[in-house]
Amino acid sequence: MSETHPNLVRIERTATSSDPPLSAEAVFDVLDLRVSYNGKAALQDVSLQVYRQNVTAFIGPSGCGKSTFIRCFNRMNDLIPGALVEGTVRYHDRDLYAPDVDAVEVRKRIGMVFQKPNPFPKSIYDNVAFGPRVLGMTGDLDERVEEALTRAALWDEVGGRLKESALSLSGGQQQRLCIARCLAVQPDVLLMDEPASALDPISTTRIEDLMHELKRDYTIVVVTHNMQQAARVADRTAFFSVDVDEGGHRTGVLVEYDLTEKIFTNPSDPRTEGYVTGRFG
Amino acid sequence: MVKGALALCALVSVLTTVGIVVALLQPSIEFFREINFIDYITGTDWAPLFEPARFGVLPLIVGTLSVTFWACFVCIPFGLGSAIYLSEYARPRVRRLLKPALEVLAGIPTVVYGFFALTFFTPLLQDVGTGVGIFNALSAGIVMGVMLIPTVASISEDAMSAVPRDLRAGGYALGASRLQVSTRVVVPAAISGIVASFVLAVSRAIGETMIVLIAAGTLPQLTLDPRESVETMTAFIAATGIGDVPTGSVEYKTIFAVGLTLFCFTLVMNMVAIRLVRRYREAYE
Amino acid sequence: MSARVRGGLFHAALLVSVAIGLVLLATLLVDVLRKGLPFVDGVLLTSPPSSDPDRAGARPAILGTIELMALLLVMAVPLGVGTAIYLEEYADRERWYNRLLEVNIQNLAAVPSIVYGILGLAFLVRGLGLGRVLLAGAMILTLLVLPILIVASREAIRAVPDSIRQGAYALGATQWQVVSRQVLPAAIPGIATGSILALSRAIGETAPLLLVGALTYVSVNPTLFGDFTALPIQIFQWIGRPQENFHSLAAAGIIVLLGLLLTMNAFAIWLRNRYEKNW
Repeated sequence: MSETHPNLVRIERTATSSDPPLSAEAVFDVLDLRVSYNGKAALQDVSLQVYRQNVTAFIGPSGCGKSTFIRCFNRMNDLIPGALVEGTVRYHDRDLYAPDVDAVEVRKRIGMVFQKPNPFPKSIYDNVAFGPRVLGMTGDLDERVEEALTRAALWDEVGGRLKESALSLSGGQQQRLCIARCLAVQPDVLLMDEPASALDPISTTRIEDLMHELKRDYTIVVVTHNMQQAARVADRTAFFSVDVDEGGHRTGVLVEYDLTEKIFTNPSDPRTEGYVTGRFG
Repeated sequence: MVKGALALCALVSVLTTVGIVVALLQPSIEFFREINFIDYITGTDWAPLFEPARFGVLPLIVGTLSVTFWACFVCIPFGLGSAIYLSEYARPRVRRLLKPALEVLAGIPTVVYGFFALTFFTPLLQDVGTGVGIFNALSAGIVMGVMLIPTVASISEDAMSAVPRDLRAGGYALGASRLQVSTRVVVPAAISGIVASFVLAVSRAIGETMIVLIAAGTLPQLTLDPRESVETMTAFIAATGIGDVPTGSVEYKTIFAVGLTLFCFTLVMNMVAIRLVRRYREAYE
Repeated sequence: MSARVRGGLFHAALLVSVAIGLVLLATLLVDVLRKGLPFVDGVLLTSPPSSDPDRAGARPAILGTIELMALLLVMAVPLGVGTAIYLEEYADRERWYNRLLEVNIQNLAAVPSIVYGILGLAFLVRGLGLGRVLLAGAMILTLLVLPILIVASREAIRAVPDSIRQGAYALGATQWQVVSRQVLPAAIPGIATGSILALSRAIGETAPLLLVGALTYVSVNPTLFGDFTALPIQIFQWIGRPQENFHSLAAAGIIVLLGLLLTMNAFAIWLRNRYEKNW
């Protein structure tokens, strides 16, 4: 398609000219990835690269394997019995799934925020301090906690009541707490699995603003079922879809991956076009 | 490494079972070298401490079964009735009150029940004119039955709660009464759990010691008359264990032989009960 | 008989079923209180037993029960919780030996308590040569309550939502860190409640202690490696005496025992309500 499709949703890009240039250094290099649960393929033939200081979004209809895919980056699929990851995932040129790689080490560098905020049933302080404590990070703990909460745009709201239970916070605050928790261990990458889908619109906006802030220092990968969100925050977008074989078995596949602008204004694949114009999905 | 330490904890339970089996088998094997097994299992005279010693265990078995029978006479109908009431009839608030109240019955130590049977229930039975002796199987059995009501009630009620509401709705929609739905739809659907509760109650009755020791007595008599004193397997083991029996003697080994007999009874019942419970859980989960 | 009448009779019969148990419970409590309350006094609590019912007390028995409970707390709880952690967090359910372990625990829960006494008699008293001492009694009671403790602890651990574990893993915590710093602390209220309930079952147990040597006439305070007795045993011994007053003493002992049980259970319920987590 050579011109903008008339049915495309009007997209408000919140990117401004003061944003850093889109970097071309690959943090993750995925080649021929296939993930199966108990023998049944959930995702296959995925190859793409995630670039530094970018926000990369995975979009697609439900069941297309986006969450499965993002969990490959920090080896969280290891915790699911019966899950098998085949293919290569390279992180800074090292094979993440090599036999000598310790998953625990991987997760120290690659943090994850979940769809439903999952603060620990402890105080706000102890939530943020948990990571540094178990990782044996030296240095002033109070400072680390304050810095993490500031970066997560939560310090102003909770700075005076760090000893209170994390469960007393609102949903949006809890999610920012979970982000602060991740930031406290100083990761390289932040994986976010539908981070705002359980939140109200105002909290959602704040999380999206946060992503813009954070991408200066972290590489961010976000799964979202909200196209407009991807259009708003992501530098690059990958569109996944579902292939149904003769037996009725559904497998996720990567359809198209490109700069977000292109995906939403001039997609190459008709399936992508169908999804972003709202014809299906 | 942590896993290893924790696995060691788990090993304790395995060692317990092994220990029980060895503790029961080894002296029993020695016992049955001296005493003929057929004589043991069919003999009707139990007098191990007398001269001449007799080792026919039937009186103990019959005593156990006699008390168990009376216990079931009480706990099965009333336990099932309580379960049906709690599951199908009671309002939620009533249920929330009654269920724990029944559980209290299960929490009372058995020595207290024994005391009650001996000092209240037996005299009561005597006053009513049943002609029971001071030690008798009836009093022990009935009180034990009451103690077992919560066992039958809670497992049966669990099983009945697991029956999907749709089944009941189907029955009511056809115009059936609550009596009919409870007895013809719910109970049959929950039957394996209900039977499991009966089997478990029987197993507990067979294994109970203090109530029978206190209220049924320690006189082994081969009789089905509940007004007489009987000695159960458990009472015999306890009474002999308290006493001063020289280690390694035949009398000492009777503890283990009878213990093994008891264990076989309860093991079979427990395995049946567990299999039944698994079946009803699988059916609805 | 019309259907309505039949339905009404059935309903009444069901009510009777429930009532029978409760009425008997009430009768039992009233009877015990009537017989025993006059005898619950300082003498009961502070004196050793004696052949004179007016001077007899249950001090060694009460101390014995308390010491048994303390030992159980120290021995049974770590073992039970450890086993529960292993089964819930570490064991691979597909393996045959782990499944066997679970079946084994289920079976042990249903073994008659007197068989535990036989186990103790064979191995501890005569086998290991420990003799009829408090430690042997505590060890046997530990084995007796272990299955209950394991089940209660497992449920408490299972109640901790998986999202907490996922969050901790995602931060780079090792399995033991996740278990010890997140799962266990969150499960402690449930484990504590379960432990107290298991203990309260144990202190009412008489049969195994009879075999492992709680002697029925002990007038000295029990020590770890000495003669010992416990409250249920003392009650049993008093029941065995022909004099009427000893029966009243037994009732008094029962009141103390039930009081102890009531306190423990009330504490467990309070604990559960206070620390109940709403995830």
